[in-house]
Amino acid sequence: MADNVTLTIDGARVTVPKGTLIVDAAKRLGNDIPVFCYHPKLQPVGMCRMCLVEVGRVQRDRASGQVIVDENGQPRVVMAPKLETACTTPVEEGMVVIGASGRVKEARDDILEFLLTSHPLDCPVCDKGGECPLQNLTIAHGPGQSRFIFEEKFRLAKQLPLGELIYLDRERCIQCARCIRFQNDIVDDRVLSFYERGRHLEIITCSEPGFDSKFSGNTTDICPVGALTTTDFRFEARPWEMNMAASICPHCPVGCNLTLNTRREARSGGQMVIKRVMPRQNEQVNEIWVCDKGRFGHHYASSSDRLTRPLVRRDGKLLEAAWEEALELAAGQLKAAGAGLAGLAGGRLSNEDLYNFRQVVTGLGGSAALNTRMGGAEQTQQVGVGLGTNFAEMGPGTAILVVASDLEEEAPIWWLRVKQAAERGATLIVANGRPTKTDRAARYVIRYAYGQEVATVLGMLVTGSSEAAEALARAENSVILFGREGLDFAGSTALAQACANLLIATNHYGRPNNGLVGVWPDANTQGAWDMGLPARGQAVLPVGATASWIVAADPVGDGEISAEALRAAGFVVVQELFLTPTAQAADVVLPAASWVEREGTFTNGERRVQRFYPAITMKGRPDFQIAAEIGARAGLSVSSHAAQIMLAIAENVPAYAGLTYQKLTEVVKQWPEVGGRDLYYGGASYTNRQGLGVQVPSAAERGADITAGKLAAPPPPARNGLTLVPVTVLYDRSTTFVRSQVMHPYVPRPYVELNTADAARLDIQDGDTVTVEAAGVRVTLTARVDGRAPEGVALMPADLGPAVPAVAGPATIQKG
Amino acid sequence: MFVEFVRGLATTFKQIFEEPVTAPYPEVKRPVAARFKGRHELKRYDNGLEKCIGCALCAAACPADAIFVEAAENTDAVRFSPGERYASTYEINMLRCIFCGYCADACPTEAIVLESNYELSFTNRDSSIYTKDMLIVPVLPGGEPTPQKAPPGKFGRAIPDMKDPE
Ligand code: SF4
Ligand code: SF4
Ligand code: FES
Repeated sequence: MADNVTLTIDGARVTVPKGTLIVDAAKRLGNDIPVFCYHPKLQPVGMCRMCLVEVGRVQRDRASGQVIVDENGQPRVVMAPKLETACTTPVEEGMVVIGASGRVKEARDDILEFLLTSHPLDCPVCDKGGECPLQNLTIAHGPGQSRFIFEEKFRLAKQLPLGELIYLDRERCIQCARCIRFQNDIVDDRVLSFYERGRHLEIITCSEPGFDSKFSGNTTDICPVGALTTTDFRFEARPWEMNMAASICPHCPVGCNLTLNTRREARSGGQMVIKRVMPRQNEQVNEIWVCDKGRFGHHYASSSDRLTRPLVRRDGKLLEAAWEEALELAAGQLKAAGAGLAGLAGGRLSNEDLYNFRQVVTGLGGSAALNTRMGGAEQTQQVGVGLGTNFAEMGPGTAILVVASDLEEEAPIWWLRVKQAAERGATLIVANGRPTKTDRAARYVIRYAYGQEVATVLGMLVTGSSEAAEALARAENSVILFGREGLDFAGSTALAQACANLLIATNHYGRPNNGLVGVWPDANTQGAWDMGLPARGQAVLPVGATASWIVAADPVGDGEISAEALRAAGFVVVQELFLTPTAQAADVVLPAASWVEREGTFTNGERRVQRFYPAITMKGRPDFQIAAEIGARAGLSVSSHAAQIMLAIAENVPAYAGLTYQKLTEVVKQWPEVGGRDLYYGGASYTNRQGLGVQVPSAAERGADITAGKLAAPPPPARNGLTLVPVTVLYDRSTTFVRSQVMHPYVPRPYVELNTADAARLDIQDGDTVTVEAAGVRVTLTARVDGRAPEGVALMPADLGPAVPAVAGPATIQKG
Repeated sequence: MFVEFVRGLATTFKQIFEEPVTAPYPEVKRPVAARFKGRHELKRYDNGLEKCIGCALCAAACPADAIFVEAAENTDAVRFSPGERYASTYEINMLRCIFCGYCADACPTEAIVLESNYELSFTNRDSSIYTKDMLIVPVLPGGEPTPQKAPPGKFGRAIPDMKDPE
């Protein structure tokens, strides 16, 4: 107990770890000390003075350091003459804190009165009204009447766009700096700052373009007033008018927990629509944050070009048909194909969809596969991070290796969490062929030539090969996050194996905070593998396919197969949200329901199975149900109820044994407490009442024999001329994300990034039009020359429109 | 007994010569009491700007959930009301309304007022929904219809500067 401290707050005794701040200690007692600038996720600054309390300390003899006792033998406590800020004062043994005294009340009333002198009091039109810390605290503590002369109120800019996503109302700002501190300390995007001093203090953006951060939406949650609002939600609804449904973000393998706020909308003909997406607390996954892709990338669900009726090809044209007819036709043709049936599914489907899909496809004798360019899930199933892994617990003694991935672009919240682990003392090693933002937090940066990823990791197996390798091997805990930058399916599989071998050799697996994590391209790639859908590697269809059934994948649009080749391989059934190029080539198109319209589960990169719920009226039908209906018509019996399918999964997938929907909804009390009445403490993110999800054990933890896989380092690639490397950008033109209009200003036009030296040699300037030719790809796009590509490397983002080569390779680039 | 009978009839027949208290509605309409709560009206300022700022506090106060408000953003070029926010949709379901007047009490700009019109009858449920067009009062002479093109910055604030903007 030496590290614990016992103190008394308003008469209640509480024991907390040493170093805890008074405000947090009080919170643990359920005693809400009002705060504005303090936030449990940020360092205290003591700027607003709202948290003033009376503090008494145990008196000690100056000479001997002995505690002085009074006549009753109790330690003598002396109250400090002035009030102190509870948010900056750490607790001490025997401390007495008084928050419920007249002096304290008077001080808080005064602070509030001061804050309101320049606050516009336009709560009726303010988006924060109804969930505003300042509103709540004014009602609880305000003097009720201001002595301030109204004419002296500041008049400042009210509708000021900071960037494309965030508006600032300067009058409403109470200068707490939560937004600035979040941007600086939590995400390391130093794009906001204070300007001027005193009453004239203003928030400004100091980036070009304004508020250039992928996490900007979070500042609107923690801003204690309505100074920061999102373009997307501005004036859309009042907080109390909306319903909520728990969900999981469908955009990346982090699996952020979300709350969807919904309301009927006149503009949409009285339909239920998603008004805003808010983070839902899960301290093991996303804490209380989400990135802007998750927050603003939901609009595809209510996009007007959603498919709602089945389409059947008649006389060469896709025409609307009844469900019954389309299902009969599809079932008949798929059944007839038998062993020639090729199923292909995308990683944005839920576990239930993928499981049912595989059951039906294999039940009909065909083969089902996942449409992915990244391998390695067999390795994560073996030595993936252990049960109870939590980035928030990583610190000194932990080594984290990030290889072939640009975390901020591929899994944004992991960047925050890895960065914070590094700040707490974890050793972060970043290996990549180019500089990425992750380098900023790294202790060791390993730069390899593209093509040398596997060799680099295998090289770390040699004892003493490098300091970084030593640090990883000697660390008590080690985690490796591997990506796919510059790699195709075979390459990323080999990289995963190399990483697994490294973990196995250094005995870093099968325990919490140890093991492998895949930075997958989709939200449920891991789940798809777990449901028994292997990948076909580069091939979209197997040889000899006579019919194909494609669900939530667009191989034609992605340039993996031509529409002619697809149609040549027999009857095509496509299940989709939109009429994608693949769907246009189909014989039967079945409209699927989007993830916000139905139940399901995703398995995130840390292999946590998390449940999402229906939020709005369904269009189309859930993919698992369509699969079941096709199955039923072809004589197979699979369930069409999500919860039942989960039971079947639990029975048939060893890692998922024992999982039920009930288990996934279990919650435990989380710290810090957010949501509820204490809006001022944690911000507007939601309390998690709908489930924290369940991590599934790796094979190592289920007692399997783990051995390193055989792997030879590929020969170093022959290098002459430029290497073109496909990279991932967060804001892309993928089928779903591209439908969020609000994000369009941030989606770049197709570009290729060149090193200054290379550009000079090729006589290319920033902004020039260039033609890139590589591996059968020939595209014309814009050149960027801004020093981010290493010499000899050209970076070309995928999913921006033009097809990119599958793997890093030689290319020629010409002006014009 | 006969006397009582005649006295009773006398009372009855006396009424024949009295002025009738009933009015031949709808030809004649009696004035309503000063605080009568009839059908709502959405008011305008003298210059024609709408008083309603789309805050939906009326909807929040309504015990019958009769009011539906959807807001949108004002700009100086397309201005409906002072401040940043106006009601792009405003509907009251008169079948639900219980004429309690809480909405008028809640309104921070005195935009919604229960007036004297009590002639509310419908032949179907749809027509019981009064839209913003039906509720809003006509522009007074000298005012301009909304949306207006306002001088930059002039009507940038609604609350608490609620006086009639010049
Ligand atoms: S904008 Fe909000 S979060 Fe930022 S300093 Fe002002 S009040 Fe604080
Ligand atoms: S009528 Fe009044 S209370 Fe109702 S939305 Fe308009 S301004 Fe707000
Ligand atoms: S000074 Fe303590 S919360 Fe602001």
